[in-house]
Amino acid sequence: MSILIYAEHDNTELKSETAKLVHAAQQLGSEINVLVAGYQCAEVAQAAAQIAGVNQVLVADNAVYTHQMAENIASLVSELAVDYSHILAAATTTGKNFMPRVAALNDVAQISDIIAVESADTFVRPIYAGNAIATVQSSDALKVLTVRASAFDAAELDNDAPVQNIDLVHDNTLASFVDAELTVSERPELTAADVIISGGRGMQNGDNFALLNGIADKLGAAIGASRAAVDAGFVPNDMQVGQTGKIVAPNLYIAVGISGAIQHLAGMKDSKIIVAINKDEEAPIFQIADYGLVGDLFDILPELEAAL
Amino acid sequence: MKILVPVKRAIDYNVKVKVKADQSNVDLANVKMSINPFCEIAVEEAIRLKEAGIATEIVIVSIGPAVCVEQIRTALALGGDRGIHIATDLDLDSLQIAKLLHTVVVKESPDLVILGKQAIDSDNNQTGQMLAALSNMGQGTFASKVVVEENMVAVTREIDGGLQTVKLSLPAIVTTDLRLNEPRYASLPNIMKAKRKPVETIAADSLSVALASSVKLIKVMSPAQRVGGAKVADVNELVAKLRTEAKVIA
Repeated sequence: MSILIYAEHDNTELKSETAKLVHAAQQLGSEINVLVAGYQCAEVAQAAAQIAGVNQVLVADNAVYTHQMAENIASLVSELAVDYSHILAAATTTGKNFMPRVAALNDVAQISDIIAVESADTFVRPIYAGNAIATVQSSDALKVLTVRASAFDAAELDNDAPVQNIDLVHDNTLASFVDAELTVSERPELTAADVIISGGRGMQNGDNFALLNGIADKLGAAIGASRAAVDAGFVPNDMQVGQTGKIVAPNLYIAVGISGAIQHLAGMKDSKIIVAINKDEEAPIFQIADYGLVGDLFDILPELEAAL
Repeated sequence: MKILVPVKRAIDYNVKVKVKADQSNVDLANVKMSINPFCEIAVEEAIRLKEAGIATEIVIVSIGPAVCVEQIRTALALGGDRGIHIATDLDLDSLQIAKLLHTVVVKESPDLVILGKQAIDSDNNQTGQMLAALSNMGQGTFASKVVVEENMVAVTREIDGGLQTVKLSLPAIVTTDLRLNEPRYASLPNIMKAKRKPVETIAADSLSVALASSVKLIKVMSPAQRVGGAKVADVNELVAKLRTEAKVIA
């Protein structure tokens, strides 16, 4: 078994998903290489080399990979795939974008969003928004897998794996990057945060999300939202936690003014501790919360901030 | 321009699915089925492009058993012009679906294919990207904005850190995210009219596509249930428990 992991990064920083994928890969075999595809991404490669269990880091450092466009990256990974039994990428918007293209180019299935490895060919994944858990077995020679990183612990950082540059340039005329509008925040990213505080429709408007800031500051938390809050236009979609947003599993998840639609629970029910604050004591969120507090969030949030 | 919109018949999003007692699969007997919500957004986007005078024809395609024609008719009632039903009783994977759709792309030569980013049953999020690879087209996945320009389409994509805009040369593949639009409801006169719109049925096994899947479903289980339900009286009790009992805050 030889495994290639696609490193999640933004050319400057290696994201936390990658060490978790290495841990998942260790359940498949011991020959583990990490591919860093980007531009001027040497620091990312050095960071990847520190992950325990990594044999080698391959770096495709070229301007054509600056924005990790699916068309270029899929061609690159597809060419490298011949040497591997498994290719893993995080089930982020990057991995979800290019990996099915890799699978199709190599004429194999993709298994999406795995949450456990049963054996080298058998994997566990949620379906129906996590309301059912499927175990599937692939007979393809090459397994193309996207991995729900939050379902795996991170591998340690005590390695010094060799870094090798690969000189493969895959450009395309089909698609080009125009621009990106990235949310600038001092807070941790949702998928990497130990603590998350999320607001729902009960927040009533976007301005009231400021009530979460002080608590988030004190806890070092990321701020999320339910789909209802996003659909109502309170906050941008990249804050959405749920089946159609981000899947998170922090140590502490505080749901404020969130009723607990299946859609939202699918994105956060694997959190270690869940706190629910809602004025409706019948809200379904309380059924899965470790600590439920019934009351008006506009009274409770200032009190909570003061108490921390 | 011609737009192709594949739609999937899937469990209605309001229905909570149950797992069969023998763990062989989920139980879909007598369950309400609908167009997958993301596919509905794809249909709506195509209709808006037609209303804006950009698109001239919208072709709806669905793959599956005979009952899929219901979803094709729904899409035609919303504003599709004609339908193609690729008939099969097999449970296909995304790769086989993408290969069948590719045969339609070759035959119909659409300028744009708009699909939902994922189906709410299998949650795979694969078909659009696979179709783009097989058709050697550029892809704009998870779209929140689609602007057609001359021989190009600009797609604004929902990505983890915010938004990204890409330009694709036509023909191209777009997959829809939630905020792209809010689908309309079909009016009764349009539902009646849709019954007279043409729907062509093609047998999937006549299309020279290998339909066997390489992925076997071993079992389906219910997710582990969280044991929650405990309440605290006030903020002080909450903070005390988080500190001393759960030990998740300092």
